[in-house]
Amino acid sequence: MHIVVCVKQVPDTKIIKINPKTNTLDRRSAPAILNPYDAHAVQEAVKIRNKTGGTISVLSMGPPQAVAVIKKSVEIGANQGYLISDRAFAGADTLATSYALSKALEKISKDNPIDLVICGKHAIDGDTGQVGPGIARRLDIPPITNVIEVSEVNKEEKYVHIKRKQIDGYEVLQSQLPCLLTVEKEINDIEYAPLTNMINAARYEPVIWSVNDLEDVDKTQLGLKGSPTIVGKMFSPPKLEGGKRIEGNPDSQVEQLMGILMERKDLLKLKTANS
Amino acid sequence: MEENQGVWVFIEVNDGTIEGVSLELLGAGRKLADKLEVPLSGVMLGQGVMPLANEVIYAGADQVYVVDHPVLKNYRTESYMKGVCVLAEKYKPEIFLYGATPNGKDLASAVATDLSTGLTADTTMLDVDVEKRLLEASRPAFGGNIMATILCKKHRPQMATVRPKVMKALEPDEGRKGIIIEEELELREEDMRTKVLRIVKDVTKKASLAEAHVIVAGGKGLGDIQGFQLIHELAEVIGASVGGTRDVVEAGWLKHEQQIGQTGETVTPKIYFAIGISGAIQHVEGMKNSELIIAINKDANAPIFDVATYGIVGDAMEIVPKLIKQFKELSKEKGGEMSYV
Repeated sequence: MHIVVCVKQVPDTKIIKINPKTNTLDRRSAPAILNPYDAHAVQEAVKIRNKTGGTISVLSMGPPQAVAVIKKSVEIGANQGYLISDRAFAGADTLATSYALSKALEKISKDNPIDLVICGKHAIDGDTGQVGPGIARRLDIPPITNVIEVSEVNKEEKYVHIKRKQIDGYEVLQSQLPCLLTVEKEINDIEYAPLTNMINAARYEPVIWSVNDLEDVDKTQLGLKGSPTIVGKMFSPPKLEGGKRIEGNPDSQVEQLMGILMERKDLLKLKTANS
Repeated sequence: MEENQGVWVFIEVNDGTIEGVSLELLGAGRKLADKLEVPLSGVMLGQGVMPLANEVIYAGADQVYVVDHPVLKNYRTESYMKGVCVLAEKYKPEIFLYGATPNGKDLASAVATDLSTGLTADTTMLDVDVEKRLLEASRPAFGGNIMATILCKKHRPQMATVRPKVMKALEPDEGRKGIIIEEELELREEDMRTKVLRIVKDVTKKASLAEAHVIVAGGKGLGDIQGFQLIHELAEVIGASVGGTRDVVEAGWLKHEQQIGQTGETVTPKIYFAIGISGAIQHVEGMKNSELIIAINKDANAPIFDVATYGIVGDAMEIVPKLIKQFKELSKEKGGEMSYV
């Protein structure tokens, strides 16, 4: 099995700060991390490889410092990694990103045909979840999103069974291999990496490709040029109309609140033994 | 690009029922279509879905494109994408909206790639620049700290997925007339590379949050997992469901499916208790349409008070136990249990 996991370096959005005057991001305020969903994607690839044997490659697109997330993936258990890094890729939206990544995947597949592509459900900085299905369409393989369990991988007969999260439950799907999965966090727990992985990761230098290393690339489909969507404007979320404060000491506050709730018979009523 | 006209809404059908978000989008789509002076259309795929076409018209559409085919019995990216792309290429809409459900997002991403057009994810506000015929799709960005308006200037259709429960459906009008257009599509089961083996409904989960009448939600302001027990206690006493912010889920105090907000569940209960929640927009997006919001927080400047119907500035550790006590006494006094309209 050759599994390729697509990973992204993201700012930790829990920490990132907004400059209130300019409404822009202070990227320096947030440390760059491996997108948490992608960590689960790598972990799932490790679980599958431990059963089926084979190789895990990771692929990322980003500035040179994004090698850090490939090293992190090697620490989790990936065998090798590729970074596509070029100014030509900068400013890409999801359509242009999936195009660039699919071109890299085609190149990786030439040396070692890909059986399975795994992505995180979405990146925590963009939150779109659109790149995974986009890659699958470009490679013409079936995408399966919101995966919560990979229950069977049959590499001889080339199929997988997976559980896919739905609005009100889940569904069990069978898909031919190769296919592309995007995984939810609940699919697995990230395990502590063995020391040997950490040593490998520290020493590991991923392959870095520029746009010219890729083949049959239509440069008009890359980066800002190849992106149909643009950010028109940024603004602070609209202020919602704040309501009434309940003043007083805690006892009085609670009493007033109970009074309000009891008055709202349209929302709350007491089902009592007498009524 | 000029030939593209009309606003389309993908109508998601599960189990013979139209998803609520599709009806909400028909309500939102109606406004866009009226502004642009173009028709609003629903696009519905499935098996045996024809009887639902009138509902789409009652909810605001001028016309409905229906593809009824056995291969479309259950949602699969391959078959649905093919159907939707064929229709979009034939009739060329200028705006195309989908619910941001697992299937809606999956489908829209695949369709956008095939039609080589832009797609904005998880939109929470929609408007249109009539003169430029540009869809203005706004969404919380960067973890919800800020809103971004995304435009797609040169490609058509302009597509967006829209979060459930942020737009309003119209009252169904059974007197509304519209056109139903049935489309034939060549689909063969043997061409499909995926199969749906089983569908498992987890009704309890859906009822527990998305459809709960009362929700008690807690945030990091409760201090630790012990402090968070107060949330469970209050919920228990009043028979409510429990939810929380992304922070508390990531801290392991609650399960993933109990997360309320942009990346979790969107909820619209009658009563929402926000306790120890500061009110980052990311969370607010998921609960602001609740009917009555009661916020309890130490920080008088917490943004949650901008959303709350009633706000109590105070220590949850002190207020909530008193509230629990009051509710307990009340139910003892009345000799019954709490329930909600």
